[in-house]
Amino acid sequence: MIIDLERFINTEQPYWEELESFLEELDHRDRPRLDVTRIRRLHYLYERVSSDLAKLSTFASERETRRYLEGLVARAYGEIHETRERPHRFQPLRWLFGTLPRTFRRHIRAFNTATAVILLGSLLGTALLLLDSRAKEIMLPYDHLMISPTERVEKEEARDDDRLRGMKARGAAWYMTHNTKVGIGTMAMGATYGIGTLLLLFTNGILLGAVSADYILDGQAEFLIGWLLPHGSVEIPAIMIAGQAGLILAGALIGWRSRVPLRDRLRLVMGDVVTLFFGFTILFTWAGVIESFLSQYHEPVIPYKLKIAFGVVQLVLLTTFLVFAGRKRPEGKRA
Amino acid sequence: MRQAHELLIRTPEGIVFPLVIGNPIRRMMALIIDKVAVVVLTGLTGLIFMGLGFLSVDLMGAVVAVGQFGVQIGYGIVMEWFWKGRTIGKRMMRLQVMDSQGLRLQFSQVVIRNLLRFVDALPAFYFLGGLTAALSPKGQRLGDLVANTIVIHHPRINEPDLEQVLPDKFNSFRRHPHLVARLRQRVTPTEAGIALNALVRRDKFEGPARVELFEKIRAAFEAHVRFPETVTDGISDEQYIRNVVDVLYR
Repeated sequence: MIIDLERFINTEQPYWEELESFLEELDHRDRPRLDVTRIRRLHYLYERVSSDLAKLSTFASERETRRYLEGLVARAYGEIHETRERPHRFQPLRWLFGTLPRTFRRHIRAFNTATAVILLGSLLGTALLLLDSRAKEIMLPYDHLMISPTERVEKEEARDDDRLRGMKARGAAWYMTHNTKVGIGTMAMGATYGIGTLLLLFTNGILLGAVSADYILDGQAEFLIGWLLPHGSVEIPAIMIAGQAGLILAGALIGWRSRVPLRDRLRLVMGDVVTLFFGFTILFTWAGVIESFLSQYHEPVIPYKLKIAFGVVQLVLLTTFLVFAGRKRPEGKRA
Repeated sequence: MRQAHELLIRTPEGIVFPLVIGNPIRRMMALIIDKVAVVVLTGLTGLIFMGLGFLSVDLMGAVVAVGQFGVQIGYGIVMEWFWKGRTIGKRMMRLQVMDSQGLRLQFSQVVIRNLLRFVDALPAFYFLGGLTAALSPKGQRLGDLVANTIVIHHPRINEPDLEQVLPDKFNSFRRHPHLVARLRQRVTPTEAGIALNALVRRDKFEGPARVELFEKIRAAFEAHVRFPETVTDGISDEQYIRNVVDVLYR
């Protein structure tokens, strides 16, 4: 019991201040590594201040002091009981060539599911167009897709001017931002237990399938591949990765056959979802540049074969990166 | 008694401290302020990169578009990460984002709760987020639920104006410091607040009601600690409460 409040505060204040400066030091991004003595001191201060808070908790007159101590105890509690690894200093190259591909592979089932849903959508889009050509008006409500593919190819190939002159960079910016928004939406929809994510992937698939079927049936397969592959080889995997992130969130929310509490399931995947978010943002950024500066140019400006080769090389590189980057070497082969 | 809008954090050491959950109106106000801040920052981004127009109008347009998009997506993330769970709006409304278990806020939590605004804002005007927050016991929108975060309010503490109700007179209770200490220990802040309020608003009560009120409050305090009769004899219930408030607050 505290008899003399003023003396109590005067005696304890140095410990409060010591804990506060300790916490500020730990808060610093370049926090020092603590040795055992300092860890013990931190724990002692935490327990002492906690005990002071308990003693002071009924004092009506010391509301400010109580709030101050509550804040200190809360911060110290967060430091001491936090078991998640504190983020290291961010190393972009290590993240790009290690963390990102490893995270992608760790959740490959979610990626495969996203891919399967897009493929299913594509099949439906193709089937609908085959069954009823009028479905095109509903599925592809875009001006440049409304005309027949052959007509469009003739128009594009007859151009002798650069219709995108002076607006390519803005076009790239539009593709980047628009696609990233779509990616974020696909990922965020994971919060609807994945239903929203699956629907968005599926509708994207329908669109892709319908466009492809429309051009292939009209004998314009080469134009289609030359047009879509340079940016699509990055953009489509990016939307699949966004879907993967959304399905990871959904998986944690549903927790099928898991005994881990919801809160912990979400904690476990949150870092991975954020890694994939930055991953697909980078891919959409690159795809935006390619879509604006390369994909929109056709023969005779750029031969289709060159565009297709570019797209294939890009797809192989991306696949190689996602499959092999960041793998640990076997023990015997370590340099 | 614990208020419904408080979240109790219980440490393994047995310490309990309350966090006041930010109410929806306050959060909406913070959101509006932040929207204004984003609009201003978006405009500033346009102004900052306007100079690039001398090089290329196309390049300027692209940089401005990407910059503005970055501001819209990144504002909440950057602010909450570097300001420890606060944005301009939250700071003005005395709100703060915290881990729902009182642990250290992680970067991934900040990113997730901000990106999930896309879903919370559906179908319009944050309907889904508002509905989820209204139904959640911790006032969490979808983004908060997934990120394991809560938004707490740091209420402004107004110290009572004791001069108004406590004249600077000798208080005979102070002759018994051990009893005063016990009283301070046992009386809850809510009880102390009731006594102080009764003194502040004494003139608003009719005579008999006032007498009855102070009698009841005195009985409640006497149940905690009983001062010797030599000290309490001959003083009215109201004076008793004045002495109690004096030792509790001064």
